[in-house]
Amino acid sequence: MHSPTNIAIAWPEIIHHQFRRVGIRQVGYVPDAGHSRLIELCQSDPDIADVVLTTEEEGVGLVAGAALGGQRAALLMQSSGVGNCINMFSLLRNCGFGCVVLVTMRGEFGEFNPWQVPMGSITADVLRLSGFLTCRIDDADDVEDIVAAGCDMAFDGDLQVAILLSQRLIGRKQWTR
Amino acid sequence: MLDRRDFVRELLADRGDLLVIAGLGSATYDAAAAGDHPLNFYLWGAMGGALMIGLGLALARPDRRVAVITGDGDFLMGLGSLATIGVKQPQNLAVVVLDNAHYGETGMQASATQSGIDPVALALACRFKQARQVALIEEAGAIRALLHSGEGPLLVHARIKPQDTPRVLPLRDGHAIKQRFVAALNN
Repeated sequence: MHSPTNIAIAWPEIIHHQFRRVGIRQVGYVPDAGHSRLIELCQSDPDIADVVLTTEEEGVGLVAGAALGGQRAALLMQSSGVGNCINMFSLLRNCGFGCVVLVTMRGEFGEFNPWQVPMGSITADVLRLSGFLTCRIDDADDVEDIVAAGCDMAFDGDLQVAILLSQRLIGRKQWTR
Repeated sequence: MLDRRDFVRELLADRGDLLVIAGLGSATYDAAAAGDHPLNFYLWGAMGGALMIGLGLALARPDRRVAVITGDGDFLMGLGSLATIGVKQPQNLAVVVLDNAHYGETGMQASATQSGIDPVALALACRFKQARQVALIEEAGAIRALLHSGEGPLLVHARIKPQDTPRVLPLRDGHAIKQRFVAALNN
């Protein structure tokens, strides 16, 4: 059994605080080790409905439905999951649904698994081509400003915002045997 | 088997404050043919997404009833959504699968339901509170009552004739469909 280690603990709290500040009420996710702490924070928040998805593209529909009902929603996924969403992203763009997607990166800095590289190396470009304002965070000191700005742009302007959390930020994935 | 237009018209009669998500293709035309309504969210794409839009809406508005009306093709593409919905157990969500066992928009190729893949069994396996098949128009009134007051999540598998119906085209501008829906729901 392999288990991931070395996950930083401060920035997930900062992101959760921003979710609360802008009133995000639904969070859809496919689990990723890098998102594990943020997922726990959302699960234990009585004001947030956490929705575990079988595939990331389901989250796009969730965001749209939440917005139709007057609620804000965010998605958490790994870079590999971005590729699963491409056609469904057309829903956000066609209708102008505000959305924040937080993407933990794989397939870059220090990646041990080459199978993560093809999608990880095109994640930012795929998001841009799909209509997202895309911003990358490498340094934990930038998390608060960038996530706050991204949430405000998404929900004040009905825009699609993706924030990439780099592998250097979340910690190189390590495996214990 | 059911005439899809007659069945959907019966389902949406006296709809009250029912919120409707219509799946892409014929389901959207059926909902429009039953009478355009600001609380219809028409899909023209995003295939496989109708059930999840219904879930997000049902979670956001537990005080309202949500009906997703979609075709077998859209339903099959989003099968994982059944598990996602089954986990959340939204009591106010109903899914109606209009199943003609064909991909009607693209030349009537066979869909998986034609080989016996069973939406009712799939829904029950995913912890839907109830799921039933309907093939007679005389049952439409009972199904309508289910949409308005049955405990969800629930699924109705409607066996419809593989017929060629005239297209009834509603709004196609996504922003307009969304804005109209949101304005009507919040007023």
